[in-house]
Amino acid sequence: MNRDAMLLVDALRNPATTRNLDAQGWTELLSMARAEQLLGTLAERFKIESVPPKVAEILAEARVNADYLRRSALWEADCARRVLAGFGGKVVLLKGTAYVAAGLKAGEGRSIGDLDILVARDDLPQVEAALLAAGWEWVKPDPYDDAYYRDHMHELPPLIHKLRDRMIDVHHTILPLTARRRPDARAMLADANCLPSRLREGPGEGQSNSRHISDPPLTAVASHRLRLPASGRGGLYTLSPPDMVCHSAAHLFADGELDGGLRNLWDIHCLLGQFSSAEFWVQLRSRASLHQLSEPVERAVRLAHQLYGTQIPKDWAGWHRQDKWYVARLTARDGWGRPTRKFIRLLFYIRSHWLRMPPLMLARHLWVKWRKG
Amino acid sequence: MHEFRVQVGPAAFRIGSAWREPLAQMAELYRDYPQPEFTDFSVRLEPTGLLRRWLRPSVAICGDYMLPDAAPLPLAQGLLAAEMAMNLQMALGWRRHLLLHASAVERDGRVLVMTGQSGSGKSTLSALLGSRGWRFMGDEFVLLDPVSGDAVPFPRLISLKNSAIAAMQAVKPDGHFGPLLAGTPKGDIRHLVPPGDAIARMGQGGAPALLLFPRFGYPGEVREVAPGETFMRLTQASTNYVALGEAGFTTLTRFVRSVPSRAIDYQSGEEAVALVEQLWERLA
Repeated sequence: MNRDAMLLVDALRNPATTRNLDAQGWTELLSMARAEQLLGTLAERFKIESVPPKVAEILAEARVNADYLRRSALWEADCARRVLAGFGGKVVLLKGTAYVAAGLKAGEGRSIGDLDILVARDDLPQVEAALLAAGWEWVKPDPYDDAYYRDHMHELPPLIHKLRDRMIDVHHTILPLTARRRPDARAMLADANCLPSRLREGPGEGQSNSRHISDPPLTAVASHRLRLPASGRGGLYTLSPPDMVCHSAAHLFADGELDGGLRNLWDIHCLLGQFSSAEFWVQLRSRASLHQLSEPVERAVRLAHQLYGTQIPKDWAGWHRQDKWYVARLTARDGWGRPTRKFIRLLFYIRSHWLRMPPLMLARHLWVKWRKG
Repeated sequence: MHEFRVQVGPAAFRIGSAWREPLAQMAELYRDYPQPEFTDFSVRLEPTGLLRRWLRPSVAICGDYMLPDAAPLPLAQGLLAAEMAMNLQMALGWRRHLLLHASAVERDGRVLVMTGQSGSGKSTLSALLGSRGWRFMGDEFVLLDPVSGDAVPFPRLISLKNSAIAAMQAVKPDGHFGPLLAGTPKGDIRHLVPPGDAIARMGQGGAPALLLFPRFGYPGEVREVAPGETFMRLTQASTNYVALGEAGFTTLTRFVRSVPSRAIDYQSGEEAVALVEQLWERLA
């Protein structure tokens, strides 16, 4: 049995590596892909690669599912847009929803769960009131949790829509306020780009799906679209390309315990591949430094290159001696889809809390959580 | 990890377990089913904690698709855990057919579909009809093919609950029954292996000809159900209607337009079989 998810990494990097897989190998690869939420992505990668008929059926099924996730993510984004139409500030889509709304390669086949948006911190009360009035409600009514989110987190406590049962995370910055790194959310909002007046919906039509950074803003394409107002006011935004990479890298390496890390790294691989230009790499360096994210961004670039073969400039290449631990954690998954390497996982779990808050505060937080059972 | 593989209708499962017992029971009950080389879904029965493999063993239901808050089961109910996990893979992962939470039986190439809440008797009724000249197709899911509109069988083990256990034992004293699983979250459960023709012909679908909404425990009655209501009830009975998008809508509207439907109330198996035969004669 395969003891780690290198099999999955290889298949994503180069589908031809699966040509000699037997039924057992395929079963294990598919289990790993499901566990890492990468089955839809794998299906996209294998669109033109020939696979055994049984595998083709599963990949076709994964495409149906990815279309559904894309459709519901865009629908949910549009619901939020309509509710916030009267709001003067920018509403920036983040992560998966942003990738599909902008027609980026990172969104192809991607699994998307909650809706994540970014708004200015000063505007939170207004946004919160509008969402509550339109049917969203708090997921965690506990007063300690609520106060904790408001005082120390980068987002409001999660809200869920009572009829559609979908969550929204309203961010005002991209890392917890207690983290040592302090990204410049104001600059991110200032540089955010307005999405075209119509969000694409449904699967991409061939090549029109991929887009280059040099292209003009996306124009309306093909059928199935959601209507959006033409101007910025009441419309939706996405982060600028370098900020998008900074956010993804911060999410992956400066927050959390690397759960779903292979998928996040695949996002970064796709973003870098699509945005790459001499100018972009310079901007990325300076934006990463502005957001105090140089180290996570550099690590993300190195590891995307190492694992997925992303083309990167020479001055970004190299190898840090800690990188191997990150690779070990990212690929800690066996052929049954089970998490493996418990000790390394534990270390990264501890690290995630260490990054998130100073030690004394962590102790107090764990104490309160423990007392509440 | 111990392993067992089984093919049920179009879906192939790989079941891994930290314990041998549940898989030994499965191998015995599923002995006439094909054992596929390639599988669509993986299911895992894992200890809930470090010591829970040996000490008051407790089975966590894991797999390709999982529910975050699925309650663990004691090892004695490991077989049930595996069956629940397999159903969950279908409910959350299957996108090749429109999945209806329903039972089905077939005669002369035409299919009777029965749907209803848990406790409506659709499962027992399908098992009963399966021993009265109908071919049993499944008691949990009916798969509708989006291209042909046919109902495709998914004849997993029949899951009999509480009073249905004794009732089926009386009807099929020589039936191949699994162990009695007492005190599960759904009461007593005992599995029954479907009849031989159900397994032998599990690759063969048929055109849906009649839809019934059975309800056990009420005086015998037959009511018409308007197509709009049928449609709405079936969207609720489907686990993947929304996910299939347009294909789900066209498959379901075709089904509702072409298949007559009735609600039936009954108080005994005999009464239900008689009602079904009458309606089948008249409508199908």
